[in-house]
Amino acid sequence: MPPLNEQTLSAARDGLAKGDFNAVELTQAHIAAVEAARPLNAFVTETPERALAMAVESDKRRSAGQAGMLEGIPLAIKDLFCTEGVLTTAGSHILDGFQPPYESTVTANLWNQGAVMLGKANMDEFAMGSSNMTSFYGAVENPWRRSGDNRPLVPGGSSGGSAAVVAARGALAATGTDTGGSIRQPASFCGIVGLKPTYGRCSRWGTVAFASSLDQPGPLTRTVRDAALMLRAMAGHDAKDSTSVDRPVPDYEAALTGDIRGLKVGIPKEYRVDGMAAEIDTLWQQGIDWLRQAGAEPVEISLPHTRYALPTYYIVAPAEASSNLARYDGVRFGLRVPGNTLDEMYEATRGEGFGAEVQRRVLIGTYVLSAGYYDAYYNKARQVRTLIANDFSKAFENVDVVLTPTTPSAAFAVGEKMDDPIAMYLNDVFTVPASLAGLPAISVPAGLSGDGLPLGLHLIGRAFDEETVLKAAGVLEEAAQFTAEPGFIAGRG
Amino acid sequence: MSVDRTTVAKIAKLARIRVPEENLDGLAGELNNILGWIEQLSELDTDGVEPMTSVVAMIPPQREDTVTDGGRPEDVVRNAPESVGGYFVVPKVIE
Repeated sequence: MPPLNEQTLSAARDGLAKGDFNAVELTQAHIAAVEAARPLNAFVTETPERALAMAVESDKRRSAGQAGMLEGIPLAIKDLFCTEGVLTTAGSHILDGFQPPYESTVTANLWNQGAVMLGKANMDEFAMGSSNMTSFYGAVENPWRRSGDNRPLVPGGSSGGSAAVVAARGALAATGTDTGGSIRQPASFCGIVGLKPTYGRCSRWGTVAFASSLDQPGPLTRTVRDAALMLRAMAGHDAKDSTSVDRPVPDYEAALTGDIRGLKVGIPKEYRVDGMAAEIDTLWQQGIDWLRQAGAEPVEISLPHTRYALPTYYIVAPAEASSNLARYDGVRFGLRVPGNTLDEMYEATRGEGFGAEVQRRVLIGTYVLSAGYYDAYYNKARQVRTLIANDFSKAFENVDVVLTPTTPSAAFAVGEKMDDPIAMYLNDVFTVPASLAGLPAISVPAGLSGDGLPLGLHLIGRAFDEETVLKAAGVLEEAAQFTAEPGFIAGRG
Repeated sequence: MSVDRTTVAKIAKLARIRVPEENLDGLAGELNNILGWIEQLSELDTDGVEPMTSVVAMIPPQREDTVTDGGRPEDVVRNAPESVGGYFVVPKVIE
């Protein structure tokens, strides 16, 4: 048997059910793994005592025959989810010392199903970034390195800590949030599975808001099956989030039949972007072949407004962020920097409390919403968003799922792309369109780049059809046989 | 449309973010790069296209207008940098 922290979530679930080990043993192994993984800086806060206490309770529930779906499973929680009485920072200086007096709905759902919290995972400040370099708590290191090159690499972002710790076997799974690719891009960079559910599938209540019309919580895991298990526990209607959808949560694991015969897979020609690395294109073709060999039918489709998705996103998301982040004013929580007047206090607090990327986006958002520019920028972007969503609706009249690469390149080195915001934004060129259309999408590790780094393939589905997305992802996973491991694995010498 | 240091100072004021004088030109450059890039949307004809308000078609839920939570003033002010007797304390706003 592999070390307890190196199993998959579903194997650990089965092992606990059979009594091969108990939740306390599994949790202790993971607390040690979290400690061993400290060089990655994947956590803002570790919660070993709470984890052990939760594991003790979990074992009691199991003995009493009351085991939940994730009974005894140790998880990392992105530090964007409010956790009652536990520091919640959103990766920002401005939330210094904030201990929420409430629990987010998604984490409450996980604890109700028996899961155990290992700690709060590092992330880009307010989920704004694609490298985890914008965190006030420092960069996270990717457990992978290029072959023959010892420079540290970024784990992607914004759910960088979540991705790094799951890849390094420091947690069986993690929660993330995805606004424009913040689950899928780091999953791809770290060689794991990342699932962004349909907008409305998981409650956003108690999750620090970035761009409310786009934000969606989802899981990061080492297998597709694990993602299915996590999603089932995280999802569900919540009256406290008016955009949360009231429809039953299916048994996603049951969708993993491996049978995709007759499935129509859309291949959007507009995703062959200029300057895309040849190896990304090769991997994409490989993915098409894998699905065809399993009985699916690839169909070329057109999503004509694809190239406008990123600029649309960089109007809509900053606009919503500038409004959402207005609440950080030094009055009710977090950092306060004194000033002589109320306005001076606000300005000093926000000037010191927000990092450079957050300030940039709040300023852009303020500008595009200001008098005289609202129609030219913000309303224009909302119109283009309609066109992008319509592209998908039209495509889904003829296909069941869409296959693309997840990212235009593999992970880059720490410090690269920091001087050019737009170069950083381009990381999300393949993930942003599905976000704007609110559709479910997954990244599955599918191969290695020439220099030995993981690359992901990306599947996009119809709204609320996570089952087809997961089913096709399971087939890709099976075909890819991605067994490569990162150079850094927690607890190995 | 391009922004200069005066515009950046004005936006920063609107956003209540203190930006040091010496950073205004740098920020103007960065914002202009981003605004120049998003400008490409103007080449699209969007006449008659409905601006998206909700990405998932749904009827906004309704509920009884009743109190569902509250009566926890100590929780509300617990994280405040400064509070007295259940109130948030801020610099004086009236003379």
